Amino acid sequence: MTEFMAEPNPAAPPSPGFWSSSWQRLRHHRLAMVGLLLLAFVSLACIGGPWLSPYGYEEQQLELGPTSTSAAHWLGTDVLGRDQLTRLLYGGRVSLLVGLCATAVSLAIGLTYGLIAGYRGGRVDAVMMRVVDALYALPFSVLAIVLMVVFGRNFLLLFVAIGLVEWLTMARIVRGQVLSLREQAFVKAGRVLGYSPARIMSRHILPNIMGPVVVYTTLTVPQVILLESFLSFLGLGVQPPTSSWGLLIRNGAEVMESYPWLLLWPGLALSITLFALNFVGDGLRDALDPRFIARSGSKP
Amino acid sequence: MRSILRFVISRLLQAIPVLLAVVTLTFFLIRLAPGGPFTSEKSYSPEALARLNAHYGLDDPLLVQYAHYIGRAARGDLGPSLKYTNRTVNAIIADAFPVSLELGMWALLFALAVGIPAGVIAALRSHTALDHVPMALAMTGICLPSFVLGPLLTLGLALGLGWFNAAGWDTPSDRVLPAVTLGAAYAAYLARLTRGSMLDVLPLDYIRTARAKGASPWRIVTRHALRNALLPVVSFLGPAAAGLITGSFVVETVFHIPGLGTMFVTGAFNRDYTLVLGLVVFYGALVVLFNAIVDLLLAVLDPRTRKGLA
Repeated sequence: MTEFMAEPNPAAPPSPGFWSSSWQRLRHHRLAMVGLLLLAFVSLACIGGPWLSPYGYEEQQLELGPTSTSAAHWLGTDVLGRDQLTRLLYGGRVSLLVGLCATAVSLAIGLTYGLIAGYRGGRVDAVMMRVVDALYALPFSVLAIVLMVVFGRNFLLLFVAIGLVEWLTMARIVRGQVLSLREQAFVKAGRVLGYSPARIMSRHILPNIMGPVVVYTTLTVPQVILLESFLSFLGLGVQPPTSSWGLLIRNGAEVMESYPWLLLWPGLALSITLFALNFVGDGLRDALDPRFIARSGSKP
Repeated sequence: MRSILRFVISRLLQAIPVLLAVVTLTFFLIRLAPGGPFTSEKSYSPEALARLNAHYGLDDPLLVQYAHYIGRAARGDLGPSLKYTNRTVNAIIADAFPVSLELGMWALLFALAVGIPAGVIAALRSHTALDHVPMALAMTGICLPSFVLGPLLTLGLALGLGWFNAAGWDTPSDRVLPAVTLGAAYAAYLARLTRGSMLDVLPLDYIRTARAKGASPWRIVTRHALRNALLPVVSFLGPAAAGLITGSFVVETVFHIPGLGTMFVTGAFNRDYTLVLGLVVFYGALVVLFNAIVDLLLAVLDPRTRKGLA
């Protein structure tokens, strides 16, 4: 028992080998590495591209109108003569930013909610999970549309609205993990030592559920980007003249009969990013699979 | 039989607080929204606006409006639409729902007809081209959003080759493109799900027994393996069926189909409170209903879950 009673030394690296061995496994996952490279390429292009581009995303050349690929405009121009590549990269910034921020919101809510429900257990848990069940009964897209109407299509509130919709599964996953961990000796030991529930949850339980949390967070990003594009496509998300991939696809679909490339490029950009994120998520799941970890014995 | 009846009743009773919570949340949320149903387009004179608000009871205190709404909704009356004058929300749903239902059924049919066989073949020939090609396609299906796939299909098959109409809901062939667009992601998901659960089932002892006693491969797959492997598929069908009918916003918008999704999106744009609220209630009820049906189906397929019913 003494080993459980000992105060963990905060300076000691927390279970070395877990993350590095996971990274080793991830590196051998070819699709995941392709996904990571694609993702790095898309992110770098979106961050640096608009900055290097000689055109502004709102800059119109009405006399030019829609043109196809040319030396001056690599991906052509749209109906208002705006450079499609600049708008695509700028839209990528918006889509990726919304993806990250909304995922952070959903992570914060889902993690806190699941930790409390799982750790408290009993009646608190039952009530909290009933609420999640009730929210599950509402189709996500319906709730997102209602929230966008309420928030008046404000860009900053867009990712809050999406985050508020996407936290449910995270809460369920975390709660399930915590429920099984709270009966373990090291948690009981913490309780015996008189640690506060907040300390036990953040210092002792949280590090032990990072695997599933990381995996699910990675899988949430594409869902969130998809939801943002979906809302923008319906005209309920990002408002023009700002661009986002969903909005570009909407504009492209309106004129696709005459200018198909205006639909093809943003569609391609969105699909490739979603592909890459899903590959990385799959790879991470394999690399951090708890069953695999249990077999390799690098984790209690 | 009695236990099934009791199960249905208890599920319906459980649905009431869920639906009530959903209605309450939506009711108050949507009233927080800036702008009202009469603020856009035509500008009304202050007197006309006051009369309109009085006519629809929008000048009552919010709690009174809420009580009125709940009272009426409990009797199945979702009130008048604020934008479509002289039409009730019930009448709008009655017109639009059959369209969305038909679209959803075709899409589900497509998803099942493509997804399950693809998953079975991939599992039986795992780690061969017959596995990799369908699974790569499935990944594409999941990553290609309907609002990209829909316009692309229209571009290629309707505008390019002229096989179908680009939009509308009049001839039988108008069903094809929307159903494929809507069903593609579900077909892809079903294929992955079926493959995964088939791979779980195939190495089990009872399959080996069936093979040993000389059952044909066809019979082993359809009668022995699939019967078990389809359980996760069936439990996925509940949310999927609900999603197919509710998630058709994009597809109905792309193909100009007069279904619930179109109504919901235009209702949200127009701030047609009663229409949006009524549709949320209707969607919520549908989801609950589909989940109950799926639980019943599972009980029929899997004797182990039947105990949970009593």
